Amino acid sequence: MSGLSISRRGLLAGISAIGASATLSACGAKTGSDTSSGSAATADTSGDTVKVGLLNSLSGTMAISEVTVHNSLLLAIKEINAAGGVLGKKLKPISQDGASDWPTFAEKAEALITDDKVVATFGCWTSASRKAVKPVFERYKSLLFYPVQYEGLEQSPYIFYIGATTNQQIVPALDYLKKQGLTKLYLVGSDYVFPRTANKIIKAYAKANGMEVVGEDYAPLGSTEFGTIVNKVKDSGADAVFNTLNGDSNVAFFKEYKSSGLTAKSMPVLSVSIAEEEVKSIGTQYLEDQLTAWNYYETTPGAANTKFVAAYQAAYGKDKPTSDPMEAAYISVYLWKEMVEKAGSFDVAKVKAASDGIELDAPEGKVTVDGVTQHVYKTARIGKVGSDGLITEVWNSGKPIKPDPYLKGYSWASGLS
Amino acid sequence: MTVILNQSFTGISIGAVLLLIALGLTLTFGQMGVINMAHGEFIMAGAYTTYVLQKSISSAGVSLLVALPVAFLVAGAMGALLEWLLIRRLYTRPLDTLLVTWGVSLMLQQLARDVFGAPNVQTAAPDVLTGNISLGGGVTFASSRLFILGLALLSVLALTLILKLTPLGRRIRAVVQNRDLAEVSGIATGRVDRVTFFIGSGLAGVAGVALTLVGPIGPTMGTNYIVDAFLVVVVGGIGQLKGSVITAFALGVLQSVLEYSTTVSVAKVIVLVAIVAFLQWRPQGLYTLRTRSLA
Repeated sequence: MSGLSISRRGLLAGISAIGASATLSACGAKTGSDTSSGSAATADTSGDTVKVGLLNSLSGTMAISEVTVHNSLLLAIKEINAAGGVLGKKLKPISQDGASDWPTFAEKAEALITDDKVVATFGCWTSASRKAVKPVFERYKSLLFYPVQYEGLEQSPYIFYIGATTNQQIVPALDYLKKQGLTKLYLVGSDYVFPRTANKIIKAYAKANGMEVVGEDYAPLGSTEFGTIVNKVKDSGADAVFNTLNGDSNVAFFKEYKSSGLTAKSMPVLSVSIAEEEVKSIGTQYLEDQLTAWNYYETTPGAANTKFVAAYQAAYGKDKPTSDPMEAAYISVYLWKEMVEKAGSFDVAKVKAASDGIELDAPEGKVTVDGVTQHVYKTARIGKVGSDGLITEVWNSGKPIKPDPYLKGYSWASGLS
Repeated sequence: MTVILNQSFTGISIGAVLLLIALGLTLTFGQMGVINMAHGEFIMAGAYTTYVLQKSISSAGVSLLVALPVAFLVAGAMGALLEWLLIRRLYTRPLDTLLVTWGVSLMLQQLARDVFGAPNVQTAAPDVLTGNISLGGGVTFASSRLFILGLALLSVLALTLILKLTPLGRRIRAVVQNRDLAEVSGIATGRVDRVTFFIGSGLAGVAGVALTLVGPIGPTMGTNYIVDAFLVVVVGGIGQLKGSVITAFALGVLQSVLEYSTTVSVAKVIVLVAIVAFLQWRPQGLYTLRTRSLA
């Protein structure tokens, strides 16, 4: 069998070829064509319609979360068009699939700006995808509205951060755990920028606040093998787990967590990336009574939310839940509309100048844009997963918290950025 | 002690998953010399079969049991079709099978995306498999993992019996040891190839059913496991069932012990370095096939 003697070498060749192609695509993010550097984007606002870009993962490991964000962006655009558009022009959404792959995000962002000449782009979920597109938006001086909570320590002049920054989500979550007497934490996260930075902040907080981090583990994004990590958590003697896993690794993690006998009673898990949509697809039986930290839940009271939930379910199905990133995406389009109308122009510089103090009666309550940091004042909310898959609030900050992406207001955070 | 028991069990259960996936490869890659990159997609086919069956059969327990034979048939049929359409033309060009089956694997992933949608899906596990069996003193064995372990051992047993005791098994072994001699002895080697491929791919389908108990189901789920499974077959000794069994469990335990004392990524690196070192020392793998063929 001459076939057998060659096959190992063949296998190695094959594996290295695949490895090489993966490496190539990983570092093959477009670093920009030399001709375009420094030039402003030429958004096309001449016709009756203006194009807006939607950039989400419609496939891959992040699609579980990002498709819902895409849906609520489309809903906001539809509503705005029905009410007459922005400055008399209808919005035409152009969707691009980032495919859960950061270099793809960068390529598609560039395509939206240069080929489609969009006036603004809405989207991205993971910090890795945001970091990948940031230089593209800065190079073309085009605006990105980012709808997801993130690890802070960033401020781009061409990004509006509509989700929470650390002092509006992670710090209040730690305050909450401390108040409950849960002071020994185990940190579990996906192996990329958000969880690593978030955990750096958590460790600094713990050190200054008499809490103890008894363990820290990262699994590759998309990983489904959590046996060992759960064993380590179980043996660590922790009071609670702080979970920064992203995407459907959470499915495997919570399945393993439950089958190892750990419960929300014996060792609660506080998650910052699991909202109603994820609860539903992971399975309520795995998540009941576990904690989450966000700024919005489907159950958040208020007329604006009742209207939003009804509109979303009318468009996408009675059984579809709404979630924090979806709400942030939804209001990001409205906030941009307010900015454009205040500026009286689609021009990026004028829109930015008009942004400070823009207010909206949002489903999550009142939000205000901070023109300096380009973040939003938001109310922090801790919730508990119910048996119906919905999350009910167990604590909130009472009033919108001023965004502080670099945690300048906390002495323990000095030296983090 | 608790830690050691829990960790060994975790390692063994990782090994069981690897073994289920590597079993089919031992046949198709090990015995037939075909580098089948689409093996991972047969796993995916098995997982989606489970998903479809659960949609139509409401009871999670019944649908899981029905899924096992159905997934075997679905994935097996896909494998036999692939063999008949493409691979049988390439037995003399083993390196080309790598490229061809990689292309097929990409096409199958796209097909799954078109049929089932891009976002990953989940199945619910039957209630008996969501809990664990406690041995007291904090030692717990997850029921789903025990089920997978049982499934892997049953598959090994079934495959061994087929290879050792049935006429088909004798013919497969004959073709593997010396194809030309088998052919002139009156064995229809082409048919044996197809049946071998059917069984090997079918086992991947069974692995897919098992994986639905562990994590999400998606178009690219097979690619997560394919490289590890190839490593198991190569380290175990090409075409050696015994080698694959030992290697799968050894790698599983090694991985989980290292993960416990370091981190996931460091453990992965150490395992890969250990494999490279091992293959330097024993390039032929743990076990080798003694044949009368001249090659």
